[in-house]
Amino acid sequence: MSLLSQPTLSHYLILGAILFAISVIGIFLNRRNVIIMLMAIELMLLAVNLNFIAFSRFLGDTAGQVFVFFILTVAAAESAIGLAILVLLFRNIGSIDIEEMGRLKG
Amino acid sequence: MSFQTFIFYAFAAILVFAGLRVITTRNPVHAALWLVLSFFSAAGVWLLLQAEFLAIALVLVYVGAVMVLFLFVVMMLDVNFDKLREGFKSYIPVAATVGILVLVEMTLVLVGGYLGGERTVAPPASAAGYSNTKTLGLQIYTDYAYPFEIAGMILLVAIIAAIALTHRRRRETKHQNPAQQVRVRRDDRLRILDIPAEKREP
Repeated sequence: MSLLSQPTLSHYLILGAILFAISVIGIFLNRRNVIIMLMAIELMLLAVNLNFIAFSRFLGDTAGQVFVFFILTVAAAESAIGLAILVLLFRNIGSIDIEEMGRLKG
Repeated sequence: MSFQTFIFYAFAAILVFAGLRVITTRNPVHAALWLVLSFFSAAGVWLLLQAEFLAIALVLVYVGAVMVLFLFVVMMLDVNFDKLREGFKSYIPVAATVGILVLVEMTLVLVGGYLGGERTVAPPASAAGYSNTKTLGLQIYTDYAYPFEIAGMILLVAIIAAIALTHRRRRETKHQNPAQQVRVRRDDRLRILDIPAEKREP
């Protein structure tokens, strides 16, 4: 897999893998900050979408792109509700620190 | 190196750098902006893969709606950022280990012989007049019409859920209560008094 050749499927998949690993690292690093965790989840979805589109192009099947269409839809819905929950949390607790959300523990 | 290869590496480098800055920056507003940059770079990579409809949809929907929503929320919340970064340095070893392990595992699986070499070299060039939008449209509205409708329902549920969660009742708004209106009795509205008629003196 030479660096100067046309990008093959492996190039795109490795790019997707790097993005996914970055977002996993991000969730580990930003354990206390809910907003950055939500952003790391968006990055994860982006990596998966890239995988789907790369496969769809190289295998000639449009189904991959159709699925990306639906992933975009569901990700948008999930971000909206996640942020609504975040806003409610901030209204009730006054901070977005996960450490302060232990109220359900007895 | 062909122009396409150069463009791929340029977009990929910007994408990876922006992704790293999202997770390491202190200020959530900056993180949101770096995420916007990473979405733009990803849209560029998708254009290289001839998925132009999805690239534009990513920019319009994700950047234009979802990231704007993120920025609204981030700017609205008054957060003490420094307190949230406590312990950041101590998480780095574990995070780096897990991240590198994930990356190595995925790369080992994805590279090379596993995929079958003859299908991973450049795909056949598309016919002239190939339109990604048209191809997607043909699939979505025929084979995938049912999931399309379900996606619409998911969005509707998301709208209702987000509004129901964050809606606050305001005391001063006037509104009707139809159930109460229907339950009204005549005696609630009308009271008949018995007043003797007065005779005027001629």
